Amino acid sequence: MTPITPYHYLVLSAALFMLGVIGVMTRRNIIIIFMSIELMLNAVNINLAAFSQQLHNAVGQVFAIFVVAVAAAEAAIGLGIILAFYRNKETLNIDEMNILRW
Amino acid sequence: MPPGFSSSDFYYLMPELVITAGALLVLALDVLLPRAWERVLSWVTVAVILGAGLALVPSAGQNLTIARDLVAIDGFATFFKVLFLVAAALTVLMSPRYLTLENVHPGEYYFLVLCATLGMMFMAGGVDLITLFIGLETMAVSFYVLTGIIRPNKRSNEAAIKYFVLGAFSLGLLLYGMSILYGLTGSTHLRVIATSLVAGDGGLLLPFAVMLLVAGIGFKIAAVPFHMWAPDVYEGAPTPITAFLSVGSKAASFAMLLRIFVAGLPAFRADGLGTAWGQPFGWGAFFYVLAVVTMTVGNLAALTQGNIKRLLAYSSIAHAGYILIGIVAGSTRGVSAALVYLMIYAFMQLGAFAVVVMLRRKDIIGDELKDLTGLYATHPGAAIAMLVFMLSLGGIPPTAGFMGKFWVFGAAIDAGYVWLAVIGVLNSAVSLYYYIRIVVFMWISEEEEKSAAFGISPAVATVLAVTLAMTVLLGIYPRLLFDFAQASAASLGSVPSLGLR
Repeated sequence: MTPITPYHYLVLSAALFMLGVIGVMTRRNIIIIFMSIELMLNAVNINLAAFSQQLHNAVGQVFAIFVVAVAAAEAAIGLGIILAFYRNKETLNIDEMNILRW
Repeated sequence: MPPGFSSSDFYYLMPELVITAGALLVLALDVLLPRAWERVLSWVTVAVILGAGLALVPSAGQNLTIARDLVAIDGFATFFKVLFLVAAALTVLMSPRYLTLENVHPGEYYFLVLCATLGMMFMAGGVDLITLFIGLETMAVSFYVLTGIIRPNKRSNEAAIKYFVLGAFSLGLLLYGMSILYGLTGSTHLRVIATSLVAGDGGLLLPFAVMLLVAGIGFKIAAVPFHMWAPDVYEGAPTPITAFLSVGSKAASFAMLLRIFVAGLPAFRADGLGTAWGQPFGWGAFFYVLAVVTMTVGNLAALTQGNIKRLLAYSSIAHAGYILIGIVAGSTRGVSAALVYLMIYAFMQLGAFAVVVMLRRKDIIGDELKDLTGLYATHPGAAIAMLVFMLSLGGIPPTAGFMGKFWVFGAAIDAGYVWLAVIGVLNSAVSLYYYIRIVVFMWISEEEEKSAAFGISPAVATVLAVTLAMTVLLGIYPRLLFDFAQASAASLGSVPSLGLR
């Protein structure tokens, strides 16, 4: 059995982050894009917690709690904005957001 | 570990506290006052901002950190706080009539403007990654809502969604970069990061973190290739908010950029991140490339625009490129040139947007170039003001815009970046084409009198007068601003230590 080291957490976090970035780039449904962004933020949290553990230093965990709080605030605002948009356009597809373009 | 909060912390945090209390007051008044009194809210908001300005006086000339070493009260923070308060006050002044026309409820609007200002102030003052990030989010979340505040309007909705998605995405990049910086140094404090990182630390992790930070902040300052959101958001947002976004949000993001890179990673400006084609490079190289691409793409894209707000969006992208030149130069002179440019840019940009706000009438959106037709015949005062703003944005002497460009390019040449200055000058020559195009539209008169007369509210007239006066004054007598900026830039990265964490 190999012990789980901080290194493993960093690889997990990097993989999660890449998944999030790819999700934002390729998905067309606004809710899925939003979930991918949350994935990126959670990758950051894993990173912070792993570093905090490795360095025996609590600042990283404090940072992670702030990130969680801000992510919650962003979710509230974001879903509100998405709802307002849906009421007007009846779609969640970002390809149909085409009023503003050159 | 420094002790907890002391009374002097609250003394120096007074501007932020005034803004917070004022924001809550506006929200409470909105509920308590009868509908007919809604107009009072804008004056209350302006009074709050002026009060915060007064509370800023004790911070002048100070150089210390407060609140357990999280927030700096130095010349740099004070310079930016003045800029934010001025921009917020002018934004509020140009709003009331526009809000009535768009049927927006003013209570939450002014509350959010004050919250955004609060966030910006912490972005300028924060010397800890967590403080900076909380300030950034306070500002950004307020702006997401403000952008979409005209709920029945599809353009406003769409702009809000685009801004929100790209803003949150850029936050993810920025935070990932910050988490790696924390992992490499064990601290989120910029001074500790600056002193404990040495070249080669963490192998490829450090360049990777710097790249993520550059991309994350690049989104916020709308630098090419991270600018895609800016034209759409600027076009769809309510015009006063567009003005505040392009001035306040941009300046705050530059403040954060300067804090993180100049104060937090000073050792890696010219080298230390690796080598490319046999040349060592640092974060200065990233910003060199960004500056060149941002100026060029911003100006070329602006040439073909038919919508004024979109045109000004591309022009503001180009201006971010000029400001980046000062940061590439890196010297105290370069940083102070960037500060000077940001302050001057605030006045001319807010003035130009005030004219666009004026053009919004019943049934006329007024943001197309053709809506400017005949403005000189109907409103010569506004047309002449707009002429001055356009000349200033284009960098024609004796306006303030010329002084800003002169200093930025001067700083670049001084630091040995002659080619960067040359590209900058060529770009300002290109930009003149579209600024003059706006002016030409104002002077054409049409037979059918399409540009019917409209009233200029005293508040908007005040905005025009202030911005016009500052644009001319800073062009003729820039000494005052230069000294202020130079003292502020010198204070960056020279925060005395109150003890390590």
